[in-house]
Amino acid sequence: MPTMPAGTLYRGKVGMWSWVLHRITGVAIFFFLLVHVLDTALVRLSPEAYNAVIGTYKTPIIGLAELGLVAAILFHALNGVRVILIDFWRKGVKYQNVMFWIVVAVALLIFIGFAPRHLAHVFG
Amino acid sequence: MATAVATKGTEFEQMGAVPTFQVTLFVRRFNPEDGQEARWEDFDVQVHGTDRVLDALHKIKWEMDGSLTFRRSCAHGVCGSDAMRINGRNRLACKTLIKDLDITQPIYVEPIKGLNVEKDLVVDMNPFYQAYRDINPFLIASDKPEKERLQSAEQHSKFEDTTKCILCAACTTSCPVFWTDGQYFGPAAIVNAHRFIFDSRDEGAELRIDILNDKEGVWRCRTTFNCTEACPRGIEVTKAIAEVKQAILRGKP
Repeated sequence: MPTMPAGTLYRGKVGMWSWVLHRITGVAIFFFLLVHVLDTALVRLSPEAYNAVIGTYKTPIIGLAELGLVAAILFHALNGVRVILIDFWRKGVKYQNVMFWIVVAVALLIFIGFAPRHLAHVFG
Repeated sequence: MATAVATKGTEFEQMGAVPTFQVTLFVRRFNPEDGQEARWEDFDVQVHGTDRVLDALHKIKWEMDGSLTFRRSCAHGVCGSDAMRINGRNRLACKTLIKDLDITQPIYVEPIKGLNVEKDLVVDMNPFYQAYRDINPFLIASDKPEKERLQSAEQHSKFEDTTKCILCAACTTSCPVFWTDGQYFGPAAIVNAHRFIFDSRDEGAELRIDILNDKEGVWRCRTTFNCTEACPRGIEVTKAIAEVKQAILRGKP
């Protein structure tokens, strides 16, 4: 008896996967903001503690995580505009598929512009 | 003369011969009485090039395993009884030609998702119908015309698309929001509300708008477009939901 998956994954198209990615990047950005608000609030309590915490961020691992953060924010922000257009622009529903690929293209373009500068900064 | 007819007959038979091929179907089985979990069962079926997935299921039920349970009624895409998940997408079994699927791979047939499975491919449709009932799917009009209520072609075109719904539940059970939140009205109920909200003869638009302007109403829609893709009648479901959202913001159709 061959082992089978519990059920097949629903094979949605661009609309479904863009929504899944929007959720994942949204949750990731939320956790970043949580940490970011906490570490920034630390400066009010003790500037020394703040400096110590920020100092620990200056490692290549955090540098790469920042790269991922920028990618997540780029997609989430641009796809957010796409979702707004689907809801409020009369032709948004018709062009949702094209708009998704525009989102990907623009996000990729900005990311390619950002990544080398950032990596040079992290590893330089 | 007789020979000519015979030759013609053979030619005709050859022309009309429908190619057959063997396909493997993985069908999701569940029997509430045997105490076992839902599981996949495979069937090798000899099918014609003109056969639909429903024909293959019939062949299994009639010739191989009579216990296979599924719904179907008209078998021609009108009644909306045989919505199921075929190769990971919601389809009507009677409108899906097997030759259009990748027959080098097994064909996966499962019940639609988000409603409780009763047996094999049969699900409990009651929550689905309840959401439909809740939007008042009937004409609400106070006037008493002597003959019919007149409407221009232009007025009709506003909701013509949503009159095509056959309540098969393919859209509602393709919705990721509905899978995790069964309280959500779902695309089908909103489509049928749309059919009356934008009908110039109807006077219940405000009532329906009020019903759908709920936490579990249209605002649950996350525009994944699964419903539009799944609809066997080609209704632009997500567009209809977007139009209802706009109507709610305006406060009128």
